[in-house]
Amino acid sequence: MNKSLEDNYATIQALQEQPANPAAPRRMTLNMGPQHPSTHGVLRIVLELEGETIRSAAPDIGFLHTGIEKQCEALTWAKALTLTDRVDYLANLSNNLVYCLTVEKLLQIEIPERAQWLRVMMTEFTRLNSHLVWLGTHALDIGAMSIFFYCFREREEILRILEMFSGQRMMTSYIRIGGLALEPPRGWEKAVGKFIRGFPSKVDEYENLLDSNPIWGIRTKGVGFISLEDMLDLGVTGPMIRGAGLALDCRKTAPYSSYGKFNFNVATQTGNDVYSRYRVRLQEMRESAKIITQALEGMPTGPLQADAPHVVLPDREKMKTQMEALIYHFKIVTEGFRVPAGEVYQCIESPRGEIGYYIVSDGTAKPYRVYMRTPSFANLMALPVMLKDTLIADSIASLGSMDFVLGDTDR
Amino acid sequence: MSHPAILETIEAFGETTHIADPAKIVELCRYFKDDEKYIRLSGLTAVDWHPSEPRFEVVYLLHSIERNQRVRIKCKVHGANPEIDSVYSVWRAADWHEREVFDLFGITFRNHPNMVRILMPLDWDGHPLRKDYPVHGYKYSYPNE
Repeated sequence: MNKSLEDNYATIQALQEQPANPAAPRRMTLNMGPQHPSTHGVLRIVLELEGETIRSAAPDIGFLHTGIEKQCEALTWAKALTLTDRVDYLANLSNNLVYCLTVEKLLQIEIPERAQWLRVMMTEFTRLNSHLVWLGTHALDIGAMSIFFYCFREREEILRILEMFSGQRMMTSYIRIGGLALEPPRGWEKAVGKFIRGFPSKVDEYENLLDSNPIWGIRTKGVGFISLEDMLDLGVTGPMIRGAGLALDCRKTAPYSSYGKFNFNVATQTGNDVYSRYRVRLQEMRESAKIITQALEGMPTGPLQADAPHVVLPDREKMKTQMEALIYHFKIVTEGFRVPAGEVYQCIESPRGEIGYYIVSDGTAKPYRVYMRTPSFANLMALPVMLKDTLIADSIASLGSMDFVLGDTDR
Repeated sequence: MSHPAILETIEAFGETTHIADPAKIVELCRYFKDDEKYIRLSGLTAVDWHPSEPRFEVVYLLHSIERNQRVRIKCKVHGANPEIDSVYSVWRAADWHEREVFDLFGITFRNHPNMVRILMPLDWDGHPLRKDYPVHGYKYSYPNE
């Protein structure tokens, strides 16, 4: 038997055989998950309780490990893109974007401005989508049921827009290396405009619905505290750290894909509790709506793909008339394109925090190594610190406020 | 930026990479955190260069919020009995990242408080991200199924 497994069994046995000491408070080990509804996926937490107080919490992850990093190494650069959708299934376009930006950095190709703006718009839709799912399910966990239906009403609209652009609701793979997959359909401005004009009032609606509910305040204010020093030491990013007053946002500190041209604020709060994280995400939804409005109004004209025929698939029409286009298409599809040897790290701000891809190329048609620094994995490391010495009833609210996606954690 | 543990500095694609001496990695990371203000360990991973030697590269991705800069440290580790010191004492963020590298590459981090597998099952054989590990695993189907 494996050495570490033996150790594990030994620990469990030792725990069970602890002599009863009447003076010491009795401790109970409680298994939470992996099928617990509020762990949002398959996360198992081993809680050690003293009455109702959690003395230690040990997250057990890996139930959703699908070896995406390994699989990427077996596919061509273009094919590996479709796996990045599946990493974080609520922020698939963010994953597409960071993968494409990393590969484009290696290829050193320039992306046309229109494609950059559309990428910004699509990733902001992803942020809205992710935050809406978070708000609905998080409130549902705490016991506010109706908000869930309101959030999913708007989410459905967003999924329709994503489907309109890419033909897919969730696994869109819309952002491709060198640009975007398809020309947006006719009338997209009207559909996006209609949605985004109505959206800020919907956010106000959620805010009224929750803030006027005293139970919401009691269950979220002052709950799930973790100090800023701990968060920095543990590598926490995203709304968690912004809820502690630090305006850490890659969109501002290291703008990518023309984010520098947009006018928006980084939402911060100082409460450092579940309520502050909720306020940060609400504010981020409003800011995202602002960004989408700006993108809609100032959308530049021009091509959607970079001028790199060895990377970008040629136009369908050109393939039927031009020899060159047909050859490029055949070569890209059959053997893929080669990416110069080198290694880069690129990070962007996903709805959950800093998502970074570290990609190593050895100059062949397949990635040599794709490392995904996912925000959920790093954020979840803070869970034991956050849950220590809190009440078990609050653990659901604390867990929910982290907004992790287990696909993102386990990859 | 110079430190005796840095063997070589590479600038490529606008990013800085320091190749460091694996024996002094903890000392170097402490220097980066305390003196150079790289207070965040953003990520930690490894690259397998099988069959060449030294086989592994352990990669540390550092981020300084104050300077708004990122830097990468790389250490080369030999394939036979790969070991390196843990930087858990410098950043607690190294905890799960090092466990992940141990799990998927089989590199042991000395002085890590809990060096067990994290993503794969505890009784798993082999380390999937090694280049000599087949993509579909060692067993295509299980004999008892």
